[in-house]
Amino acid sequence: MIPRPFAYHAPDTLQAVIALLSEHGDQAKLLAGGHSLLPMMKLRFAAPDHLIDLRRVKELCGIVMSGDEIHIGAMTTEHDIVASALLAEHLPLLVETARQIADPQVRYKGTIGGDVSHGDPGNDHPAVMLALGASFVLVGPNGERIVPAADFFLGTYATAMEPDEVMTQIRIRKAAAGSGASYAKLKRKTGDYATAAAAVVLRLEGGVCAEVSIALTNVAPAAMRADAAEASLMGKTVDDAAIAEAGRHAMEACEPAADLRGDEEYKRAMAGQMVERALRAALLRCAA
Amino acid sequence: MAKKTAVSFTLNGSTVDVLVEPRELLIHTLRDKLAHTGPHIGCETTHCGACTVDLDGQSVKSCTILTVQCEETQVLTIEGFAKGGQLHALQEGFMQEHGLQCGFCTPGMITRAYRLLQEIPDPTEEEIRYWMAGNLCRCTGYQNIIKAIQYAARKLRGEVVETSHPLMAEVSL
Repeated sequence: MIPRPFAYHAPDTLQAVIALLSEHGDQAKLLAGGHSLLPMMKLRFAAPDHLIDLRRVKELCGIVMSGDEIHIGAMTTEHDIVASALLAEHLPLLVETARQIADPQVRYKGTIGGDVSHGDPGNDHPAVMLALGASFVLVGPNGERIVPAADFFLGTYATAMEPDEVMTQIRIRKAAAGSGASYAKLKRKTGDYATAAAAVVLRLEGGVCAEVSIALTNVAPAAMRADAAEASLMGKTVDDAAIAEAGRHAMEACEPAADLRGDEEYKRAMAGQMVERALRAALLRCAA
Repeated sequence: MAKKTAVSFTLNGSTVDVLVEPRELLIHTLRDKLAHTGPHIGCETTHCGACTVDLDGQSVKSCTILTVQCEETQVLTIEGFAKGGQLHALQEGFMQEHGLQCGFCTPGMITRAYRLLQEIPDPTEEEIRYWMAGNLCRCTGYQNIIKAIQYAARKLRGEVVETSHPLMAEVSL
């Protein structure tokens, strides 16, 4: 399986990337880790005329603390995320998520920016970004803009990113003191996308739920928040009954498509189960 | 559009120059242009790990890397493991523990295990299972593969290992 012919570019600077995007626009695709794009190109689901490889653009890499935010370069790999001491301390949810993505070889190449901006509802970071309230720095010919995750995921392979823009950075507030988070993912085998997965961030005050966000992977055309499930928990003790109720609300909210991973009913049920699992794990971590 | 590009990289310690179309995958360059047929084509969909090579200190699936992405990189394949007629500890481990049946997945397994042991010299069985999960074997089950990696880990850490394999016994004489 070999992709259709294309012209390959490997610019050194962000400026050069923008110039190439301005010239070739929707005829071009950005190549980050390539582990979503190249398989699509090999299967001829994607056939860009121009491929712009971001590997030489050093300013797109790295994880740094900036005030109470963590800034992650879009070209930071899943392997770097798994190994990051900074993230382990301040955003362990990202490490837990990256550990469940694909397999070791893929994690060396796959990038967080690629995962987020590809627009595949099966990708894991989008739901996590929604749950964490992340924002994305997009740079185009007219400069930089910052888009919150809540406004970014529009549908299957559709995001708020314009064809002449590149995602440079992901910004996330570090985890609040006393909060707990978890990403629960059901997959058929190593390397597979989620049958269903749920990202949860939870904070308690006086034993009751003061803040919660719940987002789902691969059970709708794009990653989605489970608003009703969140609302059902607010102000309540997070006990078995409340967790089960949140799971039911999440099941009602999702719109899974039947495929080889299961029919609608099964995927809906698994979305509920993943919400329950993630809530239980997040709750334990709140107490810790 | 399909104009060929000259790409230079280091393959098992030697510089190689190839002329490729941008769409050529590293696995094809290695096998067809450079006669390195150790990395195997298995699934072609980034799942099985048979095509695993080491690229700049990272295990990668060479069916999902364009050769043009390898300019100025260091590539290590299974052909680079044995030195001066001596098998690498991992190759010895796979023989000793019988970590294979048909052998199709073995070059990828060994290449991946090499990087794993660079990063975690003393892995637990659980760690081996987690960090080797990108390599599939359809015949043995994984128990002997794990034993083979543990054998190599001990040898590479300088511990005394004993081999009962008849061919290995000859080699070590």
